[in-house]
Amino acid sequence: MASATLETRENRRAWGFVTPALLWTVAFFVIPFIVMAAISLATRKGRELVMAWNLDNYIAFFEKAHLLKGLFVSLEITFTVTLISVVLAYPLAWIIAERIPQKWQRMALIMAILPFWTSYVVRSYSWLLVLAKNGVINNTLMHIGLIAEPLELASTRSATVIGFVHFFVMLLTLTIYANLVQMPPNYRRAAADLGANGFQVFWHVVLPLTLPGIMVGAFLTFVLCIGDYITPQILGGNNELALPQIIMLQLGRRADFPMAATLSIILMVVVTLAYIACARWLKMERT
Amino acid sequence: MISSRFSKVLSWAYLIALYGFIFLPVVVLVLFSFQDGRLPVPPFNGATLKWYGEVFADSRLMSALGNSLMVAIGSSTIACVLGFCAAYGLARFMLPASRLQRGLLVAPMTVSYLIIALGLLSTFNWLGVSLSLWTVAIGHVVINLPLCFAIIYASMGDHQKNIERAARDLGAAEWQVMTQISAPMLMPSILAAFFLSVTFSWDEFIISFLLSRFDVTLPVEIWSMLRSGLNPKTNAVGSIVFLVSVALLLILELSIFRRTAKK
Amino acid sequence: MTAPVSIRNATKIFGDFTALNDVSLEIEAGEFIVLLGPSGCGKTTLLSLLGGFLSPSSGTVEINGQDMGHVPPSKRPTTTMFQDYALFPHMSLRDNVAFGLKMRKIGKAERHTKAEDLLDMVGLKSSADKKPHELSGGQRQRVALARALAVEPDVLLLDEPLGALDLKLRRQMQDELKAIQKRVGTTFVHVTHDQEEAMAIADRIVVMNAGNIEDVGRPEDIYMRPKTLFSASFMGEVNFIPGTLGKRHDGMVDVDTVLGPVSLAETALRDENLTKGTKVTLAIRPEHFRASTGTGPRITFGKAKVTDGSFFGTHHRAHLEPVDAPDIVLTAHMPQSAVIEAGAWIDLTIDPASVVVLAGHPDTTRTEDAA
Repeated sequence: MASATLETRENRRAWGFVTPALLWTVAFFVIPFIVMAAISLATRKGRELVMAWNLDNYIAFFEKAHLLKGLFVSLEITFTVTLISVVLAYPLAWIIAERIPQKWQRMALIMAILPFWTSYVVRSYSWLLVLAKNGVINNTLMHIGLIAEPLELASTRSATVIGFVHFFVMLLTLTIYANLVQMPPNYRRAAADLGANGFQVFWHVVLPLTLPGIMVGAFLTFVLCIGDYITPQILGGNNELALPQIIMLQLGRRADFPMAATLSIILMVVVTLAYIACARWLKMERT
Repeated sequence: MISSRFSKVLSWAYLIALYGFIFLPVVVLVLFSFQDGRLPVPPFNGATLKWYGEVFADSRLMSALGNSLMVAIGSSTIACVLGFCAAYGLARFMLPASRLQRGLLVAPMTVSYLIIALGLLSTFNWLGVSLSLWTVAIGHVVINLPLCFAIIYASMGDHQKNIERAARDLGAAEWQVMTQISAPMLMPSILAAFFLSVTFSWDEFIISFLLSRFDVTLPVEIWSMLRSGLNPKTNAVGSIVFLVSVALLLILELSIFRRTAKK
Repeated sequence: MTAPVSIRNATKIFGDFTALNDVSLEIEAGEFIVLLGPSGCGKTTLLSLLGGFLSPSSGTVEINGQDMGHVPPSKRPTTTMFQDYALFPHMSLRDNVAFGLKMRKIGKAERHTKAEDLLDMVGLKSSADKKPHELSGGQRQRVALARALAVEPDVLLLDEPLGALDLKLRRQMQDELKAIQKRVGTTFVHVTHDQEEAMAIADRIVVMNAGNIEDVGRPEDIYMRPKTLFSASFMGEVNFIPGTLGKRHDGMVDVDTVLGPVSLAETALRDENLTKGTKVTLAIRPEHFRASTGTGPRITFGKAKVTDGSFFGTHHRAHLEPVDAPDIVLTAHMPQSAVIEAGAWIDLTIDPASVVVLAGHPDTTRTEDAA
């Protein structure tokens, strides 16, 4: 009995530590989310908001082609970016972990993620300098006479993808590298000892063991990429709009708050689905 | 032997190509911040510091910079304190539904900033709260709290638990254990969480953009500069932000490196 | 399936640290060899040279008469059982054991049959579909053994494979390991710092210290007739009685010890080249002190006072203070039936055949090592 009361007292103290953070999260994350979900069920009457409690906005989303297209554009860009980033980052992380002498690895890694520290807005802007009609690439190509007319590089989906890939290659190099060096060296030694050649060691042992790390990084890429407004806005131009751009459009010019809320909820559902798809690997990380 | 040499050459070629890709925009940005001309694109007309002068003379930019620092440090401090307390409570005590609590605390990490911003915007509108740097800071705590909690929680090992027990056994009160034993012991991870959170807040755009009105943070101010198109002044701001961040990173790296070297 | 190993003048230097210093060792095919020594003695380095994870700074390694100089681990007729087992966490036990066969392009059906046979041998056939994290330490150890044996290596290298197990399980695994080695006939080279483990399993023990081989021999030889002071003290409790070598006569040798002069058979000398006047030490195991009554040859070191004693089940362990050298503390194991009382006086009597004479004095060994 005495121990029970001791534990109760301990528990009361523990709640004191946890409650502020929980309250903050509920007040500024959970409740706003509920408010937003409620607003997605409202309609706009002029500039007023009327709580209609119906699914009209969601129906509208599936009926209006330009809205639905926004989701597909976003998904296409996100999948392309995630795939390219993983494919580019893995060899880089591998080379840093395997080919670069131990004492230089940290330096090489810091260098590989140094442009991380440019402001996010400025990073997309920098790519504009590179890709613009009168930018660095067009200028160089024309100077050496490879092309006569400047290429349309900026304001395209490719520009958006390049901007994203630049950011996520750095991120993924970091997570994959961490995974590679964390792996106990004896796994690879054991595989080599049992007769595996370099490629076999990689394919049968290293890759499966780094898969959780890749999936975590890929999921992070997915979430950050699909919700980003800046990069497609600066680099993508107006030919096609990604979902976040459409959401911002509802907020600004159209002042359609309920539709913005609806699109956000849909965005969130997509991310949740992605999470469920990756959950197997995201969980495996713990074992 | 030949194949190993070939793979070595291939490795280095790949390394150089990727580093080139990674550094290309930064080099272009910094180079053309010195452009003696109106456009930050080739040809390079010669070096001038004129644009840097304009940046420092721009009172809107300077106040945005101040705002950004304030919001970043303020929101990171709150996020760290809340995160540390929650981590302490959840790692050191047996609480009911602790899995659920942990899940709730890290949940904002898996949600796009845009959605967090919109949710808060809806709520503030609904409650009639006017937008300011305060609302921006609240948003930044929401995104940084999960980060701080996760980092500090992960560093709370069981061996530290026994040290804390020893302190309690020797008569320390709970708050003394926390402030004199746990916090100093976990200082490296608390600092890491704090600086990471400062970086995130410093660089965050969409929450700052949607939740601020008259006083804005630096990314929002730079965003409005972009409307005027390509401009060497934007390059100059970008370069300054980059160089300051790198300097900070280096200081951090050296100090943490020294700390770990001491151990 | 099995092969001899010969290591000639192997030296391994890391920076300014000499991990192995001109080591030579011949291992017969099918032998169970244990490399024994404290941590940092070079035993694991030697094992890594055999496995191909390190290459010697100088010297050669031959397996089955083939120079292994430029042969990578994957091409050597050796497999290693790692200290942490290094079982692939993402593969079932069957796939773990079959991995080496898969790398040798052996068909799925065949390699699975073989893997299951080996799992059967180590008593884990029913767990073939489990993942390593579902197993206990002892079970993992068995899987690691099965995986290493699956590719039928000539030489199996075991890097402290029993170190992570608790004492009881370790004794049980020792027996199993020895039984399996006898069955498969593969040459085993096993590293440990546990001298009891070494004695339990080895055909021959190689005692190592500071990058050198101190002693090589059957367990009973190393224990009863160690070659060096280090070897004697590492193989269990021992009493060192310092002295000086006297003259030899009629197959006998005189030693002037701090406990008085004794005369021993020349065979007690572990180094034939010792000359008169050199510093030597008599090494006596605690259980070799005898009651003064009884038959057979006897030598005596005078009387000693019992300072304390405790009962160990198989024997009484007593600390003794000799009259002639009160600053020396001797340890003696007395029979279970003996009555040990502090303050009692006993005769230090011993069978001369169980005494060995080693070069050097205990306190000087350290400086000798450094030189």
